[in-house]
Amino acid sequence: MSIAKSSQADRADYNFAYLDEQTKRMVRRALLKAVAIPGYQVPFGSREMPLARGWGTGGIQITAALLGPTDVLKVIDQGADDTTNAVSIRRFFERVASVKTTTATGDATIIQTRHRIPEQPLQTGQIIVYQVPQPEPLRGLEPREEETRKMHAWAEYGLMQVRLYEEITRYGQAATTYAYPVLVNNRYVMSPTPIPKFDNPKMDMMPALQLFGAGREKRIYAVPPYTSVKSLDFDDHPFTIQQWEKPCALCGSRSSYLDEVVVDDRGGRMFICSDTDYCGGNVTDVASEEASA
Amino acid sequence: MYVAVKGGEAAISATHDLVAEERRGDTSVPELDVSQIREQMKLACARVMNEGSLYDPDLAALALKQSQGDVVEAAFLLRAFRTTLTRFGSTEPVDTGAMHIRRRISATYKDLPGGQILGPTYDYTHRLFDFDLVERTDELPKARTVPAAVDVAMPRVPDILGADGLMEAETAPAGDPRPFDITRDPVEFPADRPVRLQAMARGDEGFLLGLGYSVQRGFGGNHPFAGELRMGEASLHFTPPELDFPIDIGDVTLTECQMINQFAGSKDAPPQFTRGYGFAFGHAERRTMAMALVDRALKARELGEEAKHPAQQEEFVLYHCDNVEASGFVEHLKLPHYVDFQGELELLRKIRGDLERRLRPAPSAEAAE
Repeated sequence: MSIAKSSQADRADYNFAYLDEQTKRMVRRALLKAVAIPGYQVPFGSREMPLARGWGTGGIQITAALLGPTDVLKVIDQGADDTTNAVSIRRFFERVASVKTTTATGDATIIQTRHRIPEQPLQTGQIIVYQVPQPEPLRGLEPREEETRKMHAWAEYGLMQVRLYEEITRYGQAATTYAYPVLVNNRYVMSPTPIPKFDNPKMDMMPALQLFGAGREKRIYAVPPYTSVKSLDFDDHPFTIQQWEKPCALCGSRSSYLDEVVVDDRGGRMFICSDTDYCGGNVTDVASEEASA
Repeated sequence: MYVAVKGGEAAISATHDLVAEERRGDTSVPELDVSQIREQMKLACARVMNEGSLYDPDLAALALKQSQGDVVEAAFLLRAFRTTLTRFGSTEPVDTGAMHIRRRISATYKDLPGGQILGPTYDYTHRLFDFDLVERTDELPKARTVPAAVDVAMPRVPDILGADGLMEAETAPAGDPRPFDITRDPVEFPADRPVRLQAMARGDEGFLLGLGYSVQRGFGGNHPFAGELRMGEASLHFTPPELDFPIDIGDVTLTECQMINQFAGSKDAPPQFTRGYGFAFGHAERRTMAMALVDRALKARELGEEAKHPAQQEEFVLYHCDNVEASGFVEHLKLPHYVDFQGELELLRKIRGDLERRLRPAPSAEAAE
């Protein structure tokens, strides 16, 4: 065993996109099954990855199994391309797959994301890969996997409705703000991952393929293009999304999800788009309009 | 005015340099050699090999050096390497009964065939500092000659009991198929014993120790006896596809613990002793003893015992004993969560606003007019 291996020759030491071809095949099979049964959690032989569990290893394995040399990859965390973990994952694929990367939502063939769906609507042919910390939407209600699998098999989702009902009776509204449960294709209750409920409506009838990878929990699930994704609610308490009183301080958008930035220690705050590519695009548009005026 | 953190790329690259500097420490102190760690930090290397699931003392030592002695980080490095290795086959089952014994003790018999071999142990040391170790010394401890060669025949204690039918029999399933590999296939529940043993073999020693201890303190109903604890070297035999006989591919240091536990019997089975089994790479007694306690506790379902304590619940034990996964998920809380946090902030402000409006006295009709 030579332990004095060069750290330079990464590409020679590892297969294209890190995973070996047999592992990619195993992941692809799980993906096919997941696409065939929208919203169903498919167990897969999740590999140990050189990045930490809980830091996107499920999404990374899906992306690795999908990537071809001509793909263009975008990686976001909290909607932004420049957050540290997004940078780290993008660098990982630049290193082990030398694929082209982009920050432009429209240019990407594969978008790996944590906690957000881009504001710009995704198109047919694009794939969005979600990193999933906890694939089981019922886990908070029932800790045992043996039980939750049965609940899904029997579509026994009353407990989830009761939880939402209790939130409404207690707070006057559903108090779940992210990872808000959805019903996929009128069959499986699914966790949309911890995206804000603001993004839930984007999942419904989305033209792009949505894939979900939970590395630590060893589950893959999917929503095929143009599939119904309904946020759970009640007729007299319909599902609503977050709203802000002010527009984005940078681009003026009134329709995007905003992050709050504390600007001083006297209660000063500004609200800016969490989707940096979308916000940057708006700012450029405004600037060019002003220039041409 | 835009204050959000930019330049993650530059920051990440700078932190890699900083951590390299931290690792090296004061440069006036000689740098650690990997072989020094391998030879002089053997127990730490053993723990890394166990929790990293790879028998490679050199890489375990390198992992410890690279991680500044952080055992979980070192195990993570080893696992991330192991996952890329080709699986070209399985060895024959290891015969621990035939291992070259360096230590073997039984708490259930005063004397037994093969005798009690104390071997290297901290058990009877007084935990007083040996300040001589502060200074570098190349002086070897005075070697003492063994009065007689260790017996070749060293039967395992549960086998002795098994001959009388007092110990539950444990036989391999028909054909002794290759066991399920928890690192290649997803575990499903209820989990079989090979799955449970594999998960514990790479589980966190501290977690297993705590659970094992909880069984002893009453969160679990078994009274255990340390039937046998043995440590030494065993040969691995492998039959390559091009040969039709097994060849010896080398020795590994192993520790094995077999706990003997009471079992009241049921209406179909006579009372007999049941086994808790612990196994580890290297010299790892605490680890194997803890594992054996938890293994027995996890047999609750098969033995028809009520599984009400944490150590008896396999989903609880198996999911949470993995320290590399646990530390990844706990530490992922360091990642930004501001999108979700913003959702919570918005909700909290909305609920408080609603409440404030409801509690505020309604303005009188005259004032409104």
